[in-house]
Amino acid sequence: MSSFKVFDIAGSGMSAQNLRMNLVASNLANVDAVSSSTAGTYRSRQPVFQTVLDQQNPRGAATGVRMTGVVESPAPLTREHAPHHPMADGEGYIYRPNVSPVEEMANMVSASRSYQNNVEVINAARQMLAALINLGR
Amino acid sequence: MKIDEAFGIHEQALRLRAARSEVIAANLANADTPGFKARDVDFAAVLRQELPSPVRLAATQPGHIGNDNGLVAGSQLLYRNPTQPSVDGNTVDAVQEQVAFSQNAMQYQASLRFLEGRIRSLLTAIKGD
Repeated sequence: MSSFKVFDIAGSGMSAQNLRMNLVASNLANVDAVSSSTAGTYRSRQPVFQTVLDQQNPRGAATGVRMTGVVESPAPLTREHAPHHPMADGEGYIYRPNVSPVEEMANMVSASRSYQNNVEVINAARQMLAALINLGR
Repeated sequence: MKIDEAFGIHEQALRLRAARSEVIAANLANADTPGFKARDVDFAAVLRQELPSPVRLAATQPGHIGNDNGLVAGSQLLYRNPTQPSVDGNTVDAVQEQVAFSQNAMQYQASLRFLEGRIRSLLTAIKGD
């Protein structure tokens, strides 16, 4: 009998989607965090997912997913002329983050659906295992 | 009748179903991974190969080609034909995978039910009542 890796696999998926959801929350929370320089402005953060391959299995079977890193979006920041803003620089400009709330909302729905998919997998696997345990009773 | 043969095809079928559930779970976990190609097992082909002689290679070293229950070898771990390829190279169709997973789970339960029947027959024969 295999070790029933379904739980680990679906768990890795849930964990990855959870981290993605955290990044969405961070992006949305900072959507109005203006700054007085390009370097100090918040940039939209996006997760990088990677397949985890079974090390013992040279045939390339996947055993889950992990987040290998976070990249900051290279999209240009919005420069806005607001001379009376407390954060305005010497020329009277402020910089707004390159977060797109619409994109982030879509991202959030996608992450949430993927998370639910993994939860369903765990539920189904649990029923399979429970039935196996009760075999021959 | 040998006791090994009492369970017939259902033992192999059950192990293959468990292995397939792992493959499909990995597909669903990687539904948002760029470049990931969805995979699946050709159930009939693997079972046909397994049935006549379940002889396997012994994996005694970490580098050896393991038998991971002897069932899902690389050649039988096929790639799914994408119905709607996405720009990032991912070929997982979540709905298709969900259907495959629940189908596989049902067939797993069916195999268990068959085994249950065999066990009951054996118990009846042993007890004789």
